[in-house]
Amino acid sequence: MAPFYQFGFFGEWTSLLFAFAIGIGFGFFLERAGFGSSTKLAAQFYGRDLAVFKVMFTAIVTAMLGLFWLAWMGVLDLSRVNVLPTYFVPQLVGGLIFGVGFVTGGYCPGTCAVAAVTGKMDGWIHLVGMMAGILLFGELYPALEGFYNSSSMGVVSLDSLLGIPYGTAVFLIAVLAVGGFYFAEKIEKRFTSVRSGS
Amino acid sequence: MNPYLAGIGLGLMLLTAYVVMGRGLGASGAFTSVVAAGVNTVAPSHAQSSKFYKEYLPVNASPFKDWLVFEVAGVIVGGLISGLFAGRVKRTVDRGPRSSVSMRLTFAFAGGVIMGFGSKLARGCTSGQALTGGAVLSVGSWTFMLAVFAGAYAVAYFLRRQWV
Repeated sequence: MAPFYQFGFFGEWTSLLFAFAIGIGFGFFLERAGFGSSTKLAAQFYGRDLAVFKVMFTAIVTAMLGLFWLAWMGVLDLSRVNVLPTYFVPQLVGGLIFGVGFVTGGYCPGTCAVAAVTGKMDGWIHLVGMMAGILLFGELYPALEGFYNSSSMGVVSLDSLLGIPYGTAVFLIAVLAVGGFYFAEKIEKRFTSVRSGS
Repeated sequence: MNPYLAGIGLGLMLLTAYVVMGRGLGASGAFTSVVAAGVNTVAPSHAQSSKFYKEYLPVNASPFKDWLVFEVAGVIVGGLISGLFAGRVKRTVDRGPRSSVSMRLTFAFAGGVIMGFGSKLARGCTSGQALTGGAVLSVGSWTFMLAVFAGAYAVAYFLRRQWV
């Protein structure tokens, strides 16, 4: 019965070993996706290469469907899976700020680590800047704490918010993702044809 | 690699984390542990009196004996392995055709600061919120993810000289 750690199949040091092993796979596929390159990541926001969207949503749909099927087969106890609580406004504002940082710096926290280790100096600088930003948040935390903890909604999922069954929400997101991939391919084609035509 | 294949690979890693651990992946959290440990070394009383840093400083244990820290150590090793096999490990500054090295590095630092701040306000980043929370349909994570795209597209025009 999964999640294995929650059912006490192994201890903390083994869990850290799993963290390292899973991380290796995570970093491997990030680099394979081309995400060790800021120009590749930033191209998402200029319509030239929508790999960020494609990779992210494929990953989300893969994990989402896996969780759904494993739970449906009775292998995985979803109630023991940790879901982060929602703080609506700080997460909305944090996301907007993060997005501005993404297109300014060219990386996200995981990809700048991959960029740095593969020799990108801009990746190293981004990494240092990111830690400075975390430090800034930490130093301003007393002033930000009220906002940080505002609009707390607890653990809430899209299906419960919309009042639809879990399976229906999973199905709708998968369909939306496939539709998104179709349009992503079209947008990329339009950009390439415009450029080759000019 | 084909982006859909890479996405499936990442998705399977995330699924493995959920099945094995009951939790997802992350990145910014590990760097917060590093920052908290740094503050705790330089100014221990300041760190210990802060609610924010204390979250990342376990009592009687190293702040680095942490699931996300080990996971991100793996990300670094995995990225290096992939880069080495593909012959992509090279000392360089990745920049757009119209961008100078100094411009690129200045923006990389500024973007890093903005992003680090935003990730803390949102309680996670593209890994810990968008992917991890997205797969379990968390409302906050989907809000974060859509806001990231909205924020980036909103200012992309003004930063075009750096990239295209």
